[in-house]
Amino acid sequence: MAFFLDDVEIPIGRYVEDVVDWIRNNLEPALDGFAGVVGFFTNNFEDFLLWVPAEVFIIAIALLSFWRVGWKFGVFAVVALLLVGVMDLWAPTMSTLALVLAASVVALIIGLPIGVAMSRNDVVAQVVRPVLDFMQTMPPFVYLIPAVIFFGLGKVPGTIATVVFAMPPAVRLTNLGIRQVSAENVEAGRAFGCTDRQLLYKVQLPLALPNIMAGINQTIMLSLSMVVIASMIGAGGLGNVVLTGIQRLNVGLGFEGGLGVVILAILLDRITQSFAPTYGSGSQRRSPLDFLKRWAGKPQQEA
Amino acid sequence: MPGDFLPRTVPLRVEASSKGESMSEDAKLVVENLYKIFGPSPKRALEMVEQGYHKDDILKETGNTVGVQDANFAIRPGEIFVVMGLSGSGKSTLVRMFNRLIDPTSGTVKVDGRDITKMSKKELINMRRNDMSMVFQSFALMPHKTVLDNAAFGLEVSSVPREQRHKRAAAALESVGLGAWLNSYPHELSGGMKQRVGLARALATDPGIMLMDEAFSALDPLIRTEMQDELIALQKKDQRTVVFISHDLDEAMRIGDRIAMMEGGRVVQVGTPEEIVSNPANEYVKSFFYGVDVSQVFVAGDIATNKQVTVIQRPGVDTNAALARLREHDREYGMVVDRDGKYHGIVSASSLAKAAESGGEDRWKSAFEPDAEAVPRDKPLNEVLGMVAEARWPVPVVDEEGRYIGSISKTALLQTLDKAG
Repeated sequence: MAFFLDDVEIPIGRYVEDVVDWIRNNLEPALDGFAGVVGFFTNNFEDFLLWVPAEVFIIAIALLSFWRVGWKFGVFAVVALLLVGVMDLWAPTMSTLALVLAASVVALIIGLPIGVAMSRNDVVAQVVRPVLDFMQTMPPFVYLIPAVIFFGLGKVPGTIATVVFAMPPAVRLTNLGIRQVSAENVEAGRAFGCTDRQLLYKVQLPLALPNIMAGINQTIMLSLSMVVIASMIGAGGLGNVVLTGIQRLNVGLGFEGGLGVVILAILLDRITQSFAPTYGSGSQRRSPLDFLKRWAGKPQQEA
Repeated sequence: MPGDFLPRTVPLRVEASSKGESMSEDAKLVVENLYKIFGPSPKRALEMVEQGYHKDDILKETGNTVGVQDANFAIRPGEIFVVMGLSGSGKSTLVRMFNRLIDPTSGTVKVDGRDITKMSKKELINMRRNDMSMVFQSFALMPHKTVLDNAAFGLEVSSVPREQRHKRAAAALESVGLGAWLNSYPHELSGGMKQRVGLARALATDPGIMLMDEAFSALDPLIRTEMQDELIALQKKDQRTVVFISHDLDEAMRIGDRIAMMEGGRVVQVGTPEEIVSNPANEYVKSFFYGVDVSQVFVAGDIATNKQVTVIQRPGVDTNAALARLREHDREYGMVVDRDGKYHGIVSASSLAKAAESGGEDRWKSAFEPDAEAVPRDKPLNEVLGMVAEARWPVPVVDEEGRYIGSISKTALLQTLDKAG
């Protein structure tokens, strides 16, 4: 079917290419610096996770789950991680986890300050919001192209594409959380003589924390989904297992890789969620020490 | 005098006429020609106000809202100054200009002679930390902090060392009766207790001025009265200058040494509760009294008078002496108390005579009128109405320890209720 403006042609694709070329030619040092930072996190996390013996890792996660979530989830974590081991997927799972953590850390380092800036200035908010909409609605595969052009193939460009895709919720929910802090609490902060900085750190951020934690949780979950896609540009890990399954039409292999991703997703989701404070139910009282006291059956002492 | 029946817990009246308000030198806080205009072009709106345009016309013409218009008054050290008005009358805006949570459009606010409208940001922060604190309607506590850390908030902000600020905050919490809750979190407390924390937070920095923005309005009536008493008790110990916003006349009359009535951004009258009741400046001020239910505002203790004959029951004094005392004062009834002042019962001339006839050891007991129950002094008047109406004698009122403090006669009750009209 013919479009009525068929004669008009605006080569948006060309423009984008021009911009990309310009960036590549002129911003090389900045790109290299960024890649260096991302690479630092990615490589160190991966080296560390692959260095930790599996048994130690499993025990650590089991204790964490036990403390934060409950004994049932602790048991689940142990069984799930053992399953990953016997599927012979331990190393790719640890790579994927490293990529997720690195991408999330970088996304939060960039995203949280942007969220704070948005909450403090309406102009910033109006400029950033459409950018976030754009970032979230663009199909994630598209990010792979500039990532490859700017940074080549491998883990670092994979992580960078993931950062771009996973950052918006952290920015959005930080902004939202700070804006939703009750006006009277902010007034109370100011009335007792807070400087702007004290107001942010002593009132706004703590009261926005439940929202910010929800944003962090979403960022981590989005990172996980993107890391799988990023295997197409050589990010490795579980995504690679799934990709191999697709290429060889090997259903079993694909399923095993997918199962590994699901297990990571459940562990990351429940554990990060458990760190969100819910003012009103007393969970902010939980500290490792309280946990041990409860566990040992001693009455909890008031400090 | 309508003021006769106002429940005054603290005789804190500052002697001076409120009329022709002199900007006396010893005033704690002086407001002069204070304006606040919200909107896109406050300067232009200000000119129009000064030319005498009405605020509605200004809104229509320029899109600016006149929040506070030409406020002038002086608040004296140590008084509870209530700012009263309906919602939208500008009372919150007015009070927020005192610590510049809202910046005035023009005019001056002087605290101890210093003009806060000209303060730099740093001076302003220092003033808020040391001289003026605030209590909020919805408490505005920090949910992530314990009661102790909440009360210490003002001190924390001004970098008082941890140990010292905890000590001072604990003392402030002790003074509002929350000494046992230091390590609780706000969500574990009831509304009244939360506001006590809010009060302790405001007291902990030991400010000269406390701003209280509808501080008790979110509490249920019984707790509200309790908190008002608490505030007055605190004032007795440590006289601060309190600026109290309220939309509730009963509250204003109960706690206010002076009241400023606001209407549509203007302060229409400043005066003692008595002055305002007996001589309202206009129909708006008068309209506040229509709804006042006196029987809910007052408690039994407020109108009990000690005019009845009391008879002290002690060994060696028998019922004949009591009868003689009643006759001497020409009274029908007498209140029997013991040497500690505890109330025991009511005797009448006829019951005493009957008891004397019957003789026996336990003459006192048989001389008491049956059903002569005393009421506690904090019982709301509306719950006492029926008793007073039915009883043949003045209803005795006792304090928390059961000591007789006075009685309510039918005449006194009717006079009080009449004030509501």
